[in-house]
This record gives sequence, structure tokens and C-alpha cells, in this order.
Amino acid sequence: MSSFPEDLKYAATHEWVRLEEDGTVTVGISDHAQELLGDIVFIELPQEGANVDAKQEISVVESVKAASDIYAPISGEIIAINEDLIDAPEVVNSSPYTDGWFCRILPNDEAELEELLDANGYAAICE
Amino acid sequence: MGLQTPLYQKHLDAGARIVDFGGWDMPIQYQSLMDEHHAVRQHCGVFDVSHMTVVDVDGPQAKQWLQYLLANDVAKLDEEGRALYSAMLNEDGHVVDDLIVYRMSSGYRLVVNCGTREKDLRWMDRQALGFDVSICERPDLAILAVHGPESIDKVCQLLPEVLAETVSKLGNFRATEADDWFIARTGYTGERGLELIIPNEDAPDLWDRLIATGVKPIGLGARDTLRLEAGMNLYGHDMDETVSPIAANMAQTIAWEPKEREFIGRNAVEQHLEQQKQGLLPELTGIVLEERGVLREGQRIVVEVNGEEAEGIITSGTFSPTLKHSIALARIPIGSTNCRVDMRGKLSPVRIVKPNFVRFGKKVFE
Repeated sequence: MSSFPEDLKYAATHEWVRLEEDGTVTVGISDHAQELLGDIVFIELPQEGANVDAKQEISVVESVKAASDIYAPISGEIIAINEDLIDAPEVVNSSPYTDGWFCRILPNDEAELEELLDANGYAAICE
Repeated sequence: MGLQTPLYQKHLDAGARIVDFGGWDMPIQYQSLMDEHHAVRQHCGVFDVSHMTVVDVDGPQAKQWLQYLLANDVAKLDEEGRALYSAMLNEDGHVVDDLIVYRMSSGYRLVVNCGTREKDLRWMDRQALGFDVSICERPDLAILAVHGPESIDKVCQLLPEVLAETVSKLGNFRATEADDWFIARTGYTGERGLELIIPNEDAPDLWDRLIATGVKPIGLGARDTLRLEAGMNLYGHDMDETVSPIAANMAQTIAWEPKEREFIGRNAVEQHLEQQKQGLLPELTGIVLEERGVLREGQRIVVEVNGEEAEGIITSGTFSPTLKHSIALARIPIGSTNCRVDMRGKLSPVRIVKPNFVRFGKKVFE
């Protein structure tokens, strides 16, 4: 069964968001998303320094079976990317909520987080 | 709910993710497609392919009819137990289906695709008019494919001694019958292996015994990556009723001799061969992408032919777990150079190779 940590917010397009203490957010894809994709073989990471709008395409994940777009769950500046995923994309399969993070965003407006789903709301759309 | 094979419960027990495949509820993968793929290349795995359609053909004119029905010539099956891969063509010389035909102790056994079952049976019935043949579908039979370097040893451990002796000595594309069991050295992975066509009621027990000897269950996901690495066509993707076998890398499966053998579609495919020589009919070839990215079915290919830009298309594409880069089958014009694939709007250069990527666990193209 997929896991849906309670401390995260989720986009309907299967990204998760964690608000950090410094006001930035960490972004990744959900356990449910990695399960659907299956073995991930390439990740085109977001561009560091880019200013992105919520729901803007920021990354592409290629699994053996399919290619999938990843969207920014919140507007802001991409201030860090997880370069380890370039050589070890399979980490997203094994640890989607920890080592498999994609990027960190400095949000333009933290209030946008309220528009995202909580764990229960997201789990419901994954059924 | 779709149709279920006698092993459906076994798949659930093994943690399979079930998908619809041509109306059947089939396991796409158990835990990881990648692990399943490597298990077959390095050790041994078992596939439930009971969804495929088994058709027994018998009667005084069985041979004569199959020589008319199929583009390959069953006259090559000069001994019991020999197997042959063939296209079944329509009058336009396009592919109705691809299949394996075995010579049995009495008559012949055909294994055709599951997605084409009704169409094939209708086609065969129609083409049998005027021939003294019986065509009998065998839904009472299950098929387990056991493939990988250790497969034959593993299966033989489970068989009675005399049968094990026979099976261990089977040559490629040879089969043996033992009562209502049929065991063939055929498959769809590019590895050594066996296909066991057995009564439905025997399938769950054989499955359990294979798993108990350490054979891994393999889903249809890895079946697809394995067959594509082996450069084998998939019906409905690499060829169908709109495609000539000449444009699907199947010319060598057509028996042109003897010239007087009239098989369905013969005149048309002879013309296709001429057209291809003149550059008017494309070919199915292999392509490899050695940089990052995955080639996918339907992606557009841009090539140069005699200095002019032309197009082709990917018919099957995947990431190759063995080679760690992407491979594909593609239909492109004869004489193509400077081949590029349109991946999400960006043209990436790819290399054209023979459509055969991996055999017996090793890279085979240059």
C-alpha cells in the first residue's frame, strides 16, 4: 500500500510539498506516483534559479514504462535541486519522501500552500 | 472483471499488479519490472502466458491447408516436435497475425496472439472452406514459459526421469509430447527456455513447484522489455493488418521456395519485396539512444535519404535494463542516414542498428 505522510501537502498531480523551518518548501513525488511509474530510469531535474508558477512543468520523470511531467506545486524560485537523482534516479522509487526529493522552492506566497491537499484528501483521489 | 487464467490466484498471492490485457486480467509486474527482467537474463523466471490462444489443426489436408494459410512453409516441419515461426497474411500481403506452429504426433498446434483470437479463428474458418481439416481451439490448456540460463535445469528437476532426459536434450525450436503435456524449446525473451502447454488443472501445481525451486514469477512488463531487447516483434505494435511483413523485418520468415506453393498474400508480398528494393517500402530496424532519455512507441523519426529529409516512426521503444540505455524498433525509409528522434519537441540523434539487441544476456549489435 502507498504511504501518505500526514506532515506533507499534496498536489492532485502527485507532487508532495514540505514546509521547512526556514520558510522554503521541499518538493518531490508521492509514493503512489512512484508506484504507478514503476522503475524510474531518468530524471530531468528542475532548473536551479528558475522562477516558476504553480502548475508549471518543471521536471520530467522517465520510467521503463512511461514518461511523466512533474509540475511546480507552488510559485517561487527554485533554490536547490537534488543532483544525486541524475545518477541514482531509482532513489525516488525507494525513498520518495526523503532522499528522493526533487527540489526546494522559495515560495512567492506561502498562502498558496493552503490550496494543496492534505494527506487524507490526496489519499482519497488515489483510490 | 476480465477473463482469468488458472493461475490468477497465484498472481494475487505473489503480489502482482493486475492489468487488463486483451480482455484478460494479467500480471503486469510483481515487485519490480527491472528485477524480473534481470532474473530472466541471469537466472530463471516463469511467465503465465495462458491468455495466448492454442489452436490444434488436424485432418487429412492439415499440412496442405497450413501451406496455403501461412507465409512460412510447414513442409519444413519434417519431424514430429519441430516448430516454425510464421506470419499469417491476408490477400493484400499484410499481417493478420504472427504465430508459432508445432508439428504434433497427430496434426499441428498453432499458438496465436490473445488480442487477435476472434479475428484469427474467423479468418482460419473462412480459409478452411474446401479443405478437409479440423480446427480446434484449446481453452482447456494453460501455457507457462520458463526462461533464463537456469530454466531447463530447473524444469527438468521437476519432471519424471525419462521425460527430463528428453527435455534436457531438446534442440532450439524442438518440442516433445508426454501424454497431455507439451514441452517446447521456444520463447520470446532471447534466452534459453521452455514453453509448457499443459492442462489448466495441472498449471497451479506446476507453478508452485517452479516457485519452490527458486524460479521467479515474471510479469508482462518484463516480458515486453525482454522481447524488445531480443528484437522480436509485437503484434499490434510492430506490425498489423496494414503492414507488410517485408516492412516488419519478417522477410526471412517467408518461404519463397517452392515457387509453386500458393500461400495467401504471396503475390502481394512479392511486389512488396520489389518495392522495398526500389526504396518505396520502409524497413523495420533497430535504433539505440546512447544518451539520456527513453524512446517510446509513436515518436516521430527524422532522417535523410539521398540528401532529402524524410520521416519514420518508432513502433516499440523502451529502456533496456540489460544495456542501461534506450532501444527501439522503428520503421524508416530504406537508406536512411542522420537519424534523429523527436522526443518532446527536441530532435535527439540515434544510431541505426540491426533489430537485435541482446541474446543470452549479452549485447549483440555493434
